[in-house]
Amino acid sequence: MSAPATAPLETYLAHLARGELAFQRAPDGSAVFFPRLVAPHSGATDLQWQVSAGLGTVYSVTTLHPKGEPAYNVSLIEVDEGFRLMSRVEGIDAAAVKIGMRVRVRITQDADGKPLPVFDALEPEQTS
Amino acid sequence: MTAMTRGHAAVIGVAESDLGIVGPHMTPVDLMAQATMRALDDCGLALSDVDAVFAASAQVRFGPMMLCEYLGLNPRYVDGTQIGGSSFMSHLAHAVAAIELGLCDVALIAYGSTQRSVSRSAASPTDINPYEAPFRPLMPASAYALAAARHMYQFGTTREQLADVAVAARQWALLNPKAWEKEPLSREQVLASRMLSDPLTVRDCCLVLDGGGAMIVTSAARARDARKLPIHVLGTGEAIGHGSISGMADLTTTAASVSGPRAYAAAGVGPADIDVALLYDAFTITPILFLEDLGFCAKGEGGAFVQDGGIAPGGRLAVNTNGGGLSYCHPGMYGLLAMIECIRQLRGECGARQIGKHDIALAHGNGGVLSSQCTAIFGAPATL
Repeated sequence: MSAPATAPLETYLAHLARGELAFQRAPDGSAVFFPRLVAPHSGATDLQWQVSAGLGTVYSVTTLHPKGEPAYNVSLIEVDEGFRLMSRVEGIDAAAVKIGMRVRVRITQDADGKPLPVFDALEPEQTS
Repeated sequence: MTAMTRGHAAVIGVAESDLGIVGPHMTPVDLMAQATMRALDDCGLALSDVDAVFAASAQVRFGPMMLCEYLGLNPRYVDGTQIGGSSFMSHLAHAVAAIELGLCDVALIAYGSTQRSVSRSAASPTDINPYEAPFRPLMPASAYALAAARHMYQFGTTREQLADVAVAARQWALLNPKAWEKEPLSREQVLASRMLSDPLTVRDCCLVLDGGGAMIVTSAARARDARKLPIHVLGTGEAIGHGSISGMADLTTTAASVSGPRAYAAAGVGPADIDVALLYDAFTITPILFLEDLGFCAKGEGGAFVQDGGIAPGGRLAVNTNGGGLSYCHPGMYGLLAMIECIRQLRGECGARQIGKHDIALAHGNGGVLSSQCTAIFGAPATL
């Protein structure tokens, strides 16, 4: 019997802990995210892990306004290598995050100290 | 691919359970059972006639099992498909196939929810996506907000146009005695209401209420003996686009663009033939997306279509004539209630909100975060 597979999430989190945003490539060259044991469509099981250069574009954004706490944005980022993930853009006013904005990843930590990929605007706009 | 024979199955009984606030001691299965007896009364059948059970609820993991126990049913065909708000269009598609194949004669489709009375968080435990959850989206609203924001960016859709969807729903609701909302709503009121997840305000979001329903489906031959006009199932289509919103390929095109053509092909009709459309309105952006994806207008033109009363009473298309999930009732998985309105419109029993020509109706269900899309097309007997 072969060794049991490593959970894709475990590998992903290990990359994040090293400051890397990782994704997978299927044998046909397509980028795969979220990480999986099996590639969508082809069913390939020999997915290769790669580390993103961390550059991307805001594909969509919503600003949340919870009662009694500051507004924050939730964004979908189209990463240049060809995959999309949910994240947020930090360092500028939440409402100033716009679709089409160029961004770069930065691995930070969430409230529990777990590594988290967030993005910074490459050309910060004036907060309005 | 073999399509089912057009119109060979018909809906003969429909009913809602009690709607609104039913109290914390009522269970979702109580509401399923209550609606079931009302639907059976609607068509003149008895519990003993039911030999197939289709059921789903966000609060009941094993819907058909619990409903069968409750009602003492021992069906020979069972389906508990759970794909969110479109589950019941999916149940209908499967019931039609099972009836044609002779696997059952009389199918019961049932739904119940007490999400208002027990709280939404208690009623709808959601799967945790470890790649999304750390960013604290408010689900499902933020997913629909992301789609709305992208639609606005790509096509110039405006918040005013989104608001007009809520205003139209309210105008229809004021014509429906069973609707939750009883007061008029203006575009300005929607725009001035509390922002939840930009660009969606609380008035861009559906109601959170208790409710349920039931539907009885049988063969066209057996339907002739029913108490009321049988309404035939002309075609159905199902499609799954994705699971989580970060996995949706194009945020402005849903899998309704797949389920719709499947249903039209089976029914032998197109969007121009539809007299009334029930388009799942969990949020104001959804009818706009479905008008486009189901071919009522071109991609990107949904905002202009709904603007200034386009889907309100007297508008260019009768949409969500019951007042929809926005103003009539939304118990969390609204699809069955949308289909019930189609049946009533085609029977001509809708009173003040009854549309004029009522031969063909379309109900479109949406589940998850624009994830599952199912379309059902119904026709009065004259359309066969």
